[in-house]
Amino acid sequence: MSESPKLSASSGLASASIAEAPAPTSPHPSSRSSIPHSSVSLRVNGTRYALTLDTRTSLLDALREHLHLTGTKKGCDHGHCGACTVLVNGTRINACLSLAAMHDADEILTIEGLGTPDDLHPMQAAFLRHDAFQCGYCTPGQICSAVAILDEIERGVPSHATGDLTARMEASHSELRERMSGNICRCGAYSNIQAAIAEIVGGAA
Amino acid sequence: MRPFTYERAASPAAAIAAVTATPGAKFIAGGTNLLDLMKFEIETPTHLVDVRSLPLATIEDTEEGGLRIGALVTNTDLASHPRVKRDYGVLSRAIVAGATGQLRNKASVGGNLLQRNRCPYFYNTAVPCNKREPGSGCSAIGGVSRSLAVIGTSELCIAQNPGDMAVALRVLDARIEAMNAAGKTRTIPIAEFFRLPDFTPAVEFALRPGELITAVTLPPPIGGSHHYHKVRDRASYAFAIVSVAAVLHEDGTGRVAFGGVAPRPWRVERAEAELPQGSEAVVAAAFDGAKPTQDNAFKIPLAERALALVIAEGRG
Repeated sequence: MSESPKLSASSGLASASIAEAPAPTSPHPSSRSSIPHSSVSLRVNGTRYALTLDTRTSLLDALREHLHLTGTKKGCDHGHCGACTVLVNGTRINACLSLAAMHDADEILTIEGLGTPDDLHPMQAAFLRHDAFQCGYCTPGQICSAVAILDEIERGVPSHATGDLTARMEASHSELRERMSGNICRCGAYSNIQAAIAEIVGGAA
Repeated sequence: MRPFTYERAASPAAAIAAVTATPGAKFIAGGTNLLDLMKFEIETPTHLVDVRSLPLATIEDTEEGGLRIGALVTNTDLASHPRVKRDYGVLSRAIVAGATGQLRNKASVGGNLLQRNRCPYFYNTAVPCNKREPGSGCSAIGGVSRSLAVIGTSELCIAQNPGDMAVALRVLDARIEAMNAAGKTRTIPIAEFFRLPDFTPAVEFALRPGELITAVTLPPPIGGSHHYHKVRDRASYAFAIVSVAAVLHEDGTGRVAFGGVAPRPWRVERAEAELPQGSEAVVAAAFDGAKPTQDNAFKIPLAERALALVIAEGRG
């Protein structure tokens, strides 16, 4: 699959040289020393950040408010909408339902690490070609999910749309639709999102 | 969210000691349910003990030919395991009928068993709820109860268990291993794991304070055709209105449990003995003594139709 080199290249950074970046200053320095904090070393898109955060900080808020990686979006903040989808050690999760403190030593990949305007990930390019968005707010999450589900199908992870559990998984339209159900698009760009992913899959009937 | 302190446990014993020693402490694994409830301040732990680095994330064959599933195995990894897909298909099917890919990647088997109920009044902190505030009253009784339980309820609570995985585990006679502060492990049959509300609806599980789920074990495979049929308000990503987990044999016998209808996965062995007689006989026996509300009485005929469909599927 065309997107897998990107994924493995990125996860390879975990063992290769890791750039040290100074931790950006917290936008809300707490004057109340009674609020518990914890130290965490986050590896995001190949760069390591040492942070001391209020223990309540979600991975999503750490990315957006502390590291200023605002590509990952906050929608519902309750795991319903998928706007905050990121890849952690290669699998997609909702960054809103995870504490930053729980990701010490994890390899986190956000939309910023997937591709850049000058070097788009194939899935990003396909979303552009198929006009797979309107307002764009859910798009980073949609793209991170789309990249991850192709890997899930490859690894034999079943879904509710899977017929024979023991047969080789196929990236059929019904499989793609079901697997993308954790990413809501209020503009209703679903048909073009589907088309973009299907193009990357290639030949999905 | 209320402030809390956080630590990462180095061993099961250390995790249990930390939770036992700290009033208001809780274990956290995937956190997909706990953090959601903490944001609503329905759960207000003072201290979180992160158990994810404990060595409880493997699936192993047991000597008897079954499986021992570590409590930290993710829902995705359990549903994807070759032996689960081959020998315990009802479990794979039930897991992928629940939540989303993102949530299943994070949720753990142990944590999924401890998923709290989804009664809308449990989530609404402005109104009474006997699960949230024991003794405050039940807002669901006489309220909007379409999604709630029809059997196994009490005068204090009519919330249903929302799980999918647990319904399949009930059909498979899974057992839950839990370790206590003395380092002793006991085994709880899944039939006894989920408590009915009776007079103490806030007590939902058979775990004792400080006990940590370490594994779920499955007996050797029982063959048959495996089915999980979930009826819900959307085609995907919604809790069950009714679900049916079944393992059916060619001679017409089998096992069946219902989800979304009771405070626990609802399996009545006397009722499943009626499987050769068909879905009406099974459901009549399984829901004998049901006390549905006006809003959710439809669940009983719906359960019958869902089971009829599953039986037809089983006959191919």
